[in-house]
Amino acid sequence: MTLASVATAGHVARPVYELSRVSKVYGERVVALESVDLTLREGEFHSVIGSSGCGKSTLLKIMAGLTPPSKGRVMLAGTPVLGARADIGMMFQQATLFPWRTTLQNILLPIEVREGRAAAEAAAQRAKSLLELVGLKGFETTYPSQLSGGMAQRAAICRMLISEPNVLLLDEPFSALDEITRDFMNMELQRICRERNASAFLVTHSIAEAVILSDIVHVMSARPGRIVRSIAIDLPRPRTLDMATLPRFGAYVSEIRELLDKGAFL
Amino acid sequence: MSQTAETSSAGLPADTVWAEKVSVTSKLPRWILMLGLLALFLGLWQGVTASGIVSPLILPSPADTIRDIGFVGRNLTSGDYMLPALWVTASEVVWGFVLALAIGVSLGVLVGETSFGERAVMPYIVAIDTMPKLAFAPLFVAWLGFGIMSKVALAAFISVFPIIVGTAAGLHAADENARMLFKSIGASRLQTLVKLKIPTGLPQFFTGLKIAAISVVSGAIAGEFLGGGAGFGELIRVAASQLDTPRVFSLIIYLSLLGLAMFGLVSWLQYRFVFWQRSSNSISAKTTRTAA
Repeated sequence: MTLASVATAGHVARPVYELSRVSKVYGERVVALESVDLTLREGEFHSVIGSSGCGKSTLLKIMAGLTPPSKGRVMLAGTPVLGARADIGMMFQQATLFPWRTTLQNILLPIEVREGRAAAEAAAQRAKSLLELVGLKGFETTYPSQLSGGMAQRAAICRMLISEPNVLLLDEPFSALDEITRDFMNMELQRICRERNASAFLVTHSIAEAVILSDIVHVMSARPGRIVRSIAIDLPRPRTLDMATLPRFGAYVSEIRELLDKGAFL
Repeated sequence: MSQTAETSSAGLPADTVWAEKVSVTSKLPRWILMLGLLALFLGLWQGVTASGIVSPLILPSPADTIRDIGFVGRNLTSGDYMLPALWVTASEVVWGFVLALAIGVSLGVLVGETSFGERAVMPYIVAIDTMPKLAFAPLFVAWLGFGIMSKVALAAFISVFPIIVGTAAGLHAADENARMLFKSIGASRLQTLVKLKIPTGLPQFFTGLKIAAISVVSGAIAGEFLGGGAGFGELIRVAASQLDTPRVFSLIIYLSLLGLAMFGLVSWLQYRFVFWQRSSNSISAKTTRTAA
């Protein structure tokens, strides 16, 4: 695997995440992850793809410090991950907005929890400009029950970005949305990452989504969860949806599909 | 398709609509249906009593009952002997409810929030909940005497379990995603409790509270039946022993108003505090006791 695809021409960017020999065993014998090594560099977008239950969500939880690894080491920005970290932004399949909070209050939740109510109030202006960034201007005092699925996920993006994380961990963030909205949201995600030079790590089960967004796609096999290959995606940035019609795009998709097919029967 | 449509549409009007079947009762206003049902019930009742097949000592006529409801109402509003009796029962209900709330929430938090409570305390609570609780009444009388305290204790004892279960189930109601989100933003246990688990659990807590609000009245009256005293239960017992069945009926009607007031208060509090989940039919107590 080469890192030539990394957009930073000339020099190799600083590593953000460094995982070495990360394994996770549940109970005595269920091996969810086996010896995962990977390096995520500044400004890079990585995806991990695999069938359901291959351990990709476990990998994300370990990276986020939500669950400890059984073996191996996770380094983030030069320090080991030993619990939840403030420099990480996370997003899940469900928007998980709280119905008793307005959109603005939902977005400010991470600040409120970490730094208190006064700090959250002070950050209100920042939250408002984030809402504007994702096209939700004017919805500050709206309750989540009045937002559509796509709007709710956009608000969840704002909540992820409010504490200005260097790295985004995304667990199938748009898979509950319809395909048209999902494509749009993926392009928004790319724009946001580029603007902030944020690194991102995406868990997905959509091959096309992984290819269109990523610099590197990690293909995982199930039981034990292992990275069978890491594929550098050599397509120009910024990516556009019509790149899906390029022959190279199709070649990447079929390469990944073939690996997944093999993995499923191993 | 277009072929047949074109040939057969000749001669048909431009709007070829058809009506969905709607039942007659769904078109009528609700109050008409409710009044109609009440009139039907009273008519049947009057018919049975007028026919003479049932002794008026066993089933009084609706007219007699309504007359007695008026009498009890005048007695209560004029501050005669029934008002202190209502006051006694109302005090038992309110104090019983307050006591059940205090104990129920404490035990509910213990069971719902700590693994010790869930693993060691919960089985005992379930075991006690399955016991016939009214059978404890003589014990409460023996321990607390014939005064108001034994009735408060029984009322609280009967109504505490739905509150425990509602509180504990409510604290477990937050889903995996929400918990993970709170963990990922570094929330402490107290912050997770206050900002996530408590608001998420409020609907289930109020469901338990509604069941408790109704059963607390039954508990107080049962306490009076079995332990004497000076409340409405005692008035019912005396009226029944004198075969004054219209009085029994009208006292029950006024008691049900007490229960309705408790239920209404809890429903209002739920409407007020769980503003994000205001259903059009919040008056119906959903009797879900999932965690038990």
